[in-house]
Amino acid sequence: MNRQRLGRWLFAGTLMLALLLMLVPLPGVLEPFKPYWPALVLLYWALESEDRVGLGLAFSVGLGADLLNGIVLGEQALRLCALVFIALRFRSRLRFFPMWQQTLAVLALLLNDRVLLLVVRMLAGSSLPPVSWWGAPFVGAMMWPFLFLLLDDLRARLRVQ
Amino acid sequence: MARTRDESSPLFAGNAAGTLRLIIYLALAMALMVLDQRNGWLWRLRYGASAVVEPIYRLAGLPAAGIRTASVAFADRQGLTVQNRRLREDLLLANAKLNRMSAVAEQNQRLKQLLDTQHSLKLNVQLARVIGVDMGAFRYQLTLDVGARDGVKPGQPVIDAHGVMGQVKEVLPTTSIVMLVTDPEHAIPVVDERTGLRTVAYGSREGEQLSLPDIPLAADVRAGDKLLTSGVGGRFPPGFPVGEIRDVAPADTGMFLVAHASVAADIDRSAEVLLLHDQAEPAGPPPPIVPMGPPAELAPAAAASAPVAPPPARGNGGVRR
Repeated sequence: MNRQRLGRWLFAGTLMLALLLMLVPLPGVLEPFKPYWPALVLLYWALESEDRVGLGLAFSVGLGADLLNGIVLGEQALRLCALVFIALRFRSRLRFFPMWQQTLAVLALLLNDRVLLLVVRMLAGSSLPPVSWWGAPFVGAMMWPFLFLLLDDLRARLRVQ
Repeated sequence: MARTRDESSPLFAGNAAGTLRLIIYLALAMALMVLDQRNGWLWRLRYGASAVVEPIYRLAGLPAAGIRTASVAFADRQGLTVQNRRLREDLLLANAKLNRMSAVAEQNQRLKQLLDTQHSLKLNVQLARVIGVDMGAFRYQLTLDVGARDGVKPGQPVIDAHGVMGQVKEVLPTTSIVMLVTDPEHAIPVVDERTGLRTVAYGSREGEQLSLPDIPLAADVRAGDKLLTSGVGGRFPPGFPVGEIRDVAPADTGMFLVAHASVAADIDRSAEVLLLHDQAEPAGPPPPIVPMGPPAELAPAAAASAPVAPPPARGNGGVRR
């Protein structure tokens, strides 16, 4: 019972932390390379405990992120829904990939997410982003093994599902 | 853990129900985006949720503030000495300039009194701190730590020590969002300090600069010219530095000159900014002056006083949407 509650707190806490990290500014040079934290954390939970993560959750996390970011309501909701849907569909395979293969899969997912974002921005009449803007998915994928191991370790230590 | 893994996550095939749900959610998100673009729901929602949103902003701004504080705390003595000396020099220079200016200001005041106008040179300003929050969207926005409770209203000009930074775009109870002059959707009416040419400076799509796409071909504009706010449109008071022309070239169409200008304000580095208050300027150009001359009844009947058509009211100083 208590473990379950702890697990729920860990789950909500990591998601909140991801949203917060999304808002924290980096020095100007590093700015375009900031990984898309909410996507990474959602991916982790989608792969590791699927009964928690569904499209509805992805949608609400996205709405929360939109509310904080203030660009367009629904943009991140759309992106995270698509991401989580793909992750859930290939979940059984992704889970048994070795780490480097999983990292490549995450890279593909994040790149797909950027393309989706580009399409949405273009439709809204924005300009083309600089080339460095495409660096973020690579940094995100590089972060993936560390995030994965960290969260796995945290879960093992707290002995939560 | 006894869980039926077969139904919930099949190894290869996806189920139709999941796809249907995805489509529903995607459609919902798109509908939200379109409605938000049309009606500006997001800002109303943000205002309503400000009790939640604003503490998160403050929290997210903490690392940046912490780094700033730490850089002061750990700055070495020599660096501080150098900075102190530079600041002293700046202060001296500024004071010298101020002394000269005060004479000019006094003269100006006297002349204005002669002209019987009520404008004063005093600025009614409010100091605001920048909260370091990354708002995405290629960095065309700033978040300030003052809001509706401090009397901030949308449309207020925001300046720093070097020039105009932008204008307040949205106001939450205790924070506000500033649209920078470099935003491609922002336009500011400017005047060339050297020649008096009036034009409009838009935010540029290429990085942190301004673009002036519609300068007449015959106009005299050179690299190095300073741009000031012209006060046309009534949103920005006249006479504040906006930028400096970098380069001038004919447009692709050959009908205009296109100039690019750097921004005078220290957009990346300013930690404190000033909000201008109640610049009660007339919204639009002044009414045309009725030509003085001999009374109309003395004029010959054929050239009976042709009424002067007032120029169309143009709101230039605003958000181009």
